[in-house]
Amino acid sequence: MAFVNWFKRNLVVIAGLLTLAYLLLPNVIVTVFSFNKPNGRFNYEWQKFSTDAWKDPCGVAGLCGSLSLSLQIALWATLGATALGTAIAFALVRYRFRARGAINSLIFLPMAMPEVVMAASLLTLFLNMGAQLGFWTILIAHIMFCLSFVVTAVKARVMSMDPKLEQAAQDLYAGPFQTFVRVTLPIAAPGIAAGALLAFALSFDDFIITNFNAGSTVTFPMFVWGSAQRGTPVQINVVGTAMFVIAVLFVLASMAIGNRRNRRKA
Amino acid sequence: MSTLTEAPPPLTPPAPETKKPPRKRGRWTPYWLLLPGILWLVVFFAAPMIYQASTSVQTGSLEEGYKVTWHFATYWDALSEYWPQFLRSVAYAASATVLCLVLGYPLAYLIAFRAGRWRNLIMILVIAPFFTSFLIRTLAWKTILADGGPVVGALNTLHVLDVTSWLGWTAGDRVLATPLAVVCGLTYNFLPFMILPLYTSLERIDGRLHEAARDLYAKPSTVFRKVTFPLSMPGVVSGTLLTFIPATGDYVNASLLGSADTGMIGNVIQSQFLRVLDYPTAAALSFILMAAILAMVTVYIRKSGTEDLV
Amino acid sequence: MTNTTKTQPGGDVRLAGISKTYGSFTAVHPLDLTIPQGSFFALLGASGCGKTTTLRMIAGLEEPSGGTVHLGDQDVTALPPYKRPVNTVFQSYALFPHLDIFENVAFGLRRRGIKSVKKQVEEMLDLVQLGEQARKKPHQLSGGQQQRVAVARALINHPKVLLLDEPLGALDLKLRRQMQLELKRIQTEVGITFVHVTHDQEEAMTMADRVAVMNAGRVEQLGAPADLYENPQTTFVANFLGTSNLIQAEVDSRSGDDVVVRAAGDKLLLPASRCAVPAQAGGKVLVGVRPEKVGLTHADEAGSIPEGRNRITGRIGNSSFIGVSTQYVVDCAACPDFEVYAQNIDRDARLVPGADVVLHWNPAHTFGLDAAQDIDAGVAEGEAA
Repeated sequence: MAFVNWFKRNLVVIAGLLTLAYLLLPNVIVTVFSFNKPNGRFNYEWQKFSTDAWKDPCGVAGLCGSLSLSLQIALWATLGATALGTAIAFALVRYRFRARGAINSLIFLPMAMPEVVMAASLLTLFLNMGAQLGFWTILIAHIMFCLSFVVTAVKARVMSMDPKLEQAAQDLYAGPFQTFVRVTLPIAAPGIAAGALLAFALSFDDFIITNFNAGSTVTFPMFVWGSAQRGTPVQINVVGTAMFVIAVLFVLASMAIGNRRNRRKA
Repeated sequence: MSTLTEAPPPLTPPAPETKKPPRKRGRWTPYWLLLPGILWLVVFFAAPMIYQASTSVQTGSLEEGYKVTWHFATYWDALSEYWPQFLRSVAYAASATVLCLVLGYPLAYLIAFRAGRWRNLIMILVIAPFFTSFLIRTLAWKTILADGGPVVGALNTLHVLDVTSWLGWTAGDRVLATPLAVVCGLTYNFLPFMILPLYTSLERIDGRLHEAARDLYAKPSTVFRKVTFPLSMPGVVSGTLLTFIPATGDYVNASLLGSADTGMIGNVIQSQFLRVLDYPTAAALSFILMAAILAMVTVYIRKSGTEDLV
Repeated sequence: MTNTTKTQPGGDVRLAGISKTYGSFTAVHPLDLTIPQGSFFALLGASGCGKTTTLRMIAGLEEPSGGTVHLGDQDVTALPPYKRPVNTVFQSYALFPHLDIFENVAFGLRRRGIKSVKKQVEEMLDLVQLGEQARKKPHQLSGGQQQRVAVARALINHPKVLLLDEPLGALDLKLRRQMQLELKRIQTEVGITFVHVTHDQEEAMTMADRVAVMNAGRVEQLGAPADLYENPQTTFVANFLGTSNLIQAEVDSRSGDDVVVRAAGDKLLLPASRCAVPAQAGGKVLVGVRPEKVGLTHADEAGSIPEGRNRITGRIGNSSFIGVSTQYVVDCAACPDFEVYAQNIDRDARLVPGADVVLHWNPAHTFGLDAAQDIDAGVAEGEAA
């Protein structure tokens, strides 16, 4: 009876943890199979333990090239989308202007559109213009679909900012530029950083839109896709595991720094 | 000393419109801020949609080029040939959305109300998989659901597969290459998009409301039904949209985990565009998909009465 | 401190025909106002009366729709806020959350290109007793401390005028009283013109040398606190500043320096000099008297009331004991809810609800207002404030 009661009280916790397990199971598999030594071309069945792939992550033709291309594109796309998106977010929150409704829909629609539709329509445009598919068309596409997410993230932060802070800066002899650099930007920074991180993750991991608009250029997700047809090297799992670990460490470190700073100040 | 006259009408008619203070130049600032980004979206998002619409009513061939001939028959042909894929897309995406809601709600609730000092850690664990390429993680399901693997073995022993086979979700002793595998992959891929908005709206709920409800004679299940769930509706609505929309257009899960019999509309559009090179048909399919989703989303938002999603 | 912060004569603040409209809504009607150099000036009014807009136009944070702002001889109307020698203490302070206290206070000096700020900032922090907190972030301070940082951050720039926008609104009552005295002390010490916006009439009267009472975008009346209280010119001021008993009356005749009026059968005297409108026989007038000026005597003792006092009869409707005084609401024919505040010196046990009483006061304490106004103007705003 006591157990039944305990179970009832903690039902939601148990269900939640099961969902969490479902979310993390593939990552566990990816990590475990990065130490596999498969027979044949596909790395789907466990054979025996080996660290070969970790010792030679670039040992597969094209993998590290595609990885560095993806990083470059993600970096530039983040930069572009963050700059353009931050400007839009400020305009939306701080100013009154015509056609606000139309502009809001234009920003909302890319997020409410299946990727395959955007990918296909952008490809029609590029084909019609006779554009050479490759690095630049991928970058253009990535900035396009990251933009709306940056706007949303920055807008939320700027909206919660007290406009009196900027007025106070002006009152204290800071001109428009000084006000922006000394007050507005530092306070909006967390929102801009969140938008930029999101843009980076979205761009780095994008497959569908890239697949349509890349031509013969191969990004990392496209490399994975291709290897799923031809044969999956263990090195893919190595990269996947490394990315996961780096991300978790990065987040934990930034949290620890934040915590320590708070404790010291208090 | 101080003087005060009560608003004498100005003797000369005020003409401040002509010599405005110089700070009025700020009037154009919003347009300059908006211009680059909006231009980007107009040229690379809105214009392509229009191009695509025009492509869908063109006829011709790759060699001779295409002309707009208002050939609406393309739509009819595309629909009559590919309606099973359309139907499948909606069915798979809807199943995945419901599963995401059922699986995601407890986890979001756990993070919002029960996690205590573990809250940040669990949040990180929900988000962290994003940083591993989703294709790699989707491929991992091939291992998990492999024929003769522990998962399939367990389902077989429990006779679950008999039921799902009878329902047409699986085939024989296999899970891989069946609708169940595709829905499982879709659910997995879009689950965080459900959990995050759910968490955001749950976290905003004032804990005292739960206490007030309990004080007013509500059982725990009643508290959930009458207070918690209604207040989390904004999260439910945006979560389901963020799951359903991309799931409908997805073709990655159907390609990697499914078979020829589980093709979704994304697969068709992709192959028409990139392999068959039948641009009018591909454009028409893509246009139908967009229109269908916009229609469904509009109706859904109206029905659920939450129009301020973003 | 005293001699270092004394500014050169900044001159008066002069607003000439200044106004502000938003679309069809007029926040401030064309307004002429001179704020003398070195004074502690309060703009008093309920929320939405235009007082904050007026202040922000002086600061340069709001662009006037018409009129000019002068600081001394300088026309600053077209100057942006960062070029005006004026500083503001904002409502809820607007301290920069990403900077520590030291940097908040140093902000204005640094923007003006002053390199060595350490000494000045430390002096200023000592003046507001926050020397210890220099390296804390604003959110780590209490409300009262944040308020003092906001004052220090503005004062360190030696502005010609210090503008205070409801600076004490976020503090609890006790702290507010303390800060009122503190601000008054600082103002006397530095001698800078303070313009203080508030909705709290007690705060305005305690602190300011001069008060402008604003209502619906206009200044209703301007003067020293005691003058405003004793001689209100409009029903709004009479009701918003403290409480007034206003009686509708008809002018009967003139008797020497007094006007004789009739209100529901009672004859009352009103000094002609304290009547805001010209009194003509047969004309209507509102007669007013403050509750603390009125004596309350049981009807049986009516004979003991000295001759020459204004008298009204009534019946006590309600009484509430509040320590220093007892407040009575008396039902009279001339005035349905006549309020009387009687000091608790010799309490007459017969003065309970239902008792018949005579109200009486010295005619010199009576004031007269234009009867064409709304008799209840300012009542609700005064209660809310």
